[in-house]
Amino acid sequence: MTMTLPDSQEIIDDLAFFDDWEQRYQYIIDLGKSIPGLSDEAKTPDKLVKGCQSSVWLDSRIENGLVKFDVDSDAVIVQGLLALVMAAFNNKTPRQILDFDIDWYFAELDLERHISPTRGNGLRAIVSKIKALAKQSIN
Amino acid sequence: MSLDVKAIRAQFPILQRKLDGKPLVYLDNAATTQKPQAVLDAIMSFYTTTNANVHRGAHALSDEATRLYENARNDVATFINANRREEVIWTAGTTEAINLVAKGLAQQLKAGDEVVVTEMEHHANLVTWQQACKVSGATLCVAPINNRGELDLDAYCGLLNEKTKLVAFPHVSNALGTVNPVKVMTARAKAVGAWVSVDGAQGIAHGGVDVQDIGCDFYAFSGHKLFGPTGTGVLWGRADVLETWPVWLTGGEMIADVTYQDATWGSLPNRLEAGTPNIAGVIGLGAAVNWFSALDLDAVQAHEKRLLARAHEHAESLSDMRIIGTATDKVGVMSFMLGHAHPADVGFILDRQGVAIRTGDNCAQPLMKKLGIPGTARASFSLYNTLEEVDILFDALRKAQMMLA
Repeated sequence: MTMTLPDSQEIIDDLAFFDDWEQRYQYIIDLGKSIPGLSDEAKTPDKLVKGCQSSVWLDSRIENGLVKFDVDSDAVIVQGLLALVMAAFNNKTPRQILDFDIDWYFAELDLERHISPTRGNGLRAIVSKIKALAKQSIN
Repeated sequence: MSLDVKAIRAQFPILQRKLDGKPLVYLDNAATTQKPQAVLDAIMSFYTTTNANVHRGAHALSDEATRLYENARNDVATFINANRREEVIWTAGTTEAINLVAKGLAQQLKAGDEVVVTEMEHHANLVTWQQACKVSGATLCVAPINNRGELDLDAYCGLLNEKTKLVAFPHVSNALGTVNPVKVMTARAKAVGAWVSVDGAQGIAHGGVDVQDIGCDFYAFSGHKLFGPTGTGVLWGRADVLETWPVWLTGGEMIADVTYQDATWGSLPNRLEAGTPNIAGVIGLGAAVNWFSALDLDAVQAHEKRLLARAHEHAESLSDMRIIGTATDKVGVMSFMLGHAHPADVGFILDRQGVAIRTGDNCAQPLMKKLGIPGTARASFSLYNTLEEVDILFDALRKAQMMLA
């Protein structure tokens, strides 16, 4: 991922600024559009995290001690939510990833319901996968 | 006579709920229906006044509980016009009922036999038979649908022959809303000597199911899609077939005599109902059936038709909206795609506006693959939905279209 996303605190501040849900969702959708995603060839089954409503893909590598992710989704709101997740985890050290409290973050964003385990959007599974990767690279 | 929808809605406490300050518009009825006060009262009253185990207690409560529980069986038998009350077997739902049929017939399927299903199956009526075929060596044949989502009846008939052991199909498609010509399909399958098993999960709540008139051997449905509690369901089967089945769950209730080394089985329906049953659930289901039966069925069906017609009318005026499943005979369900928007995104934005729909593969992955789509958004209507709610759905869809453009 090459472009710069706002960092997680900036996103919290930005979202707090909107007073209606439409503007908030529009912001999230636009954020999703600003991240590059994966090419069709890169969307291999091993990178697929299947939800029953939508699918997400996750690729990762480590450069100079920082974990870099590429993510994509077939649904634009999920892609936006992935962008929020990327703001927290992309280009961070494994330690920073492990220390980041994603549930707190989504609560601050007032988006808890999207990260709840009952949602079939694959977001929770992506977060678990990211945390597991970080843990693996520390051990 | 027209249906007094307002009076009906007043009987459903959950329909008074608000979400994010907006009134709940519940359009996910094909997944599960809401419960009227009469059903809630029956369950509450059972636990408050009558709770005891059935069939075995030597006391007043157990007698009362047994009477309520077995009365529910009578009510369901009447509701679907079963020949005998013993033909009504309680299950946990449609899925379990279909699995029970598969267990019952498993030993009678062998290599060389054929089992026929349709392209519009819910996973419950596909995976069950696909796996039964894998184990027995029988061949699974899949009857195709046309581009409106209707069964290709000629192709279906072409699949039937003397090797056809069983035919399984849905009364109504959960993903498309197609109403199948169940009587004709059954007659053609019976003509080659096959068993006929109908998945009635989506058919039962639209009323008028008469198993003897259909002529099938088995009809499966869930209580929770019929205004009753979750965890309840019915397998109706012909007594002369059910009696020949091996037992499937063993234990209490289903036996006649037991020694340390051997056991003999009780008679129907008990031989297929081991263990303490879902007593409160069954009593709730009985209440649901009675509540539903008391309605004017013609008025219910006319109202549901109006809801679907209004939805289709709106759909025509909404650019880029594509209805998935346009069968001439269709009930309860409107599956659709909104331009290139992902169904999950449409669902998110509707949810935010208090409108509850289903999005995804509709538990019918092979069907979605055949249609070349990742899934659909699905609005499904029930008798308590209003024309105004259909309008709200489309206002919400216009907003979704705008935001996802």
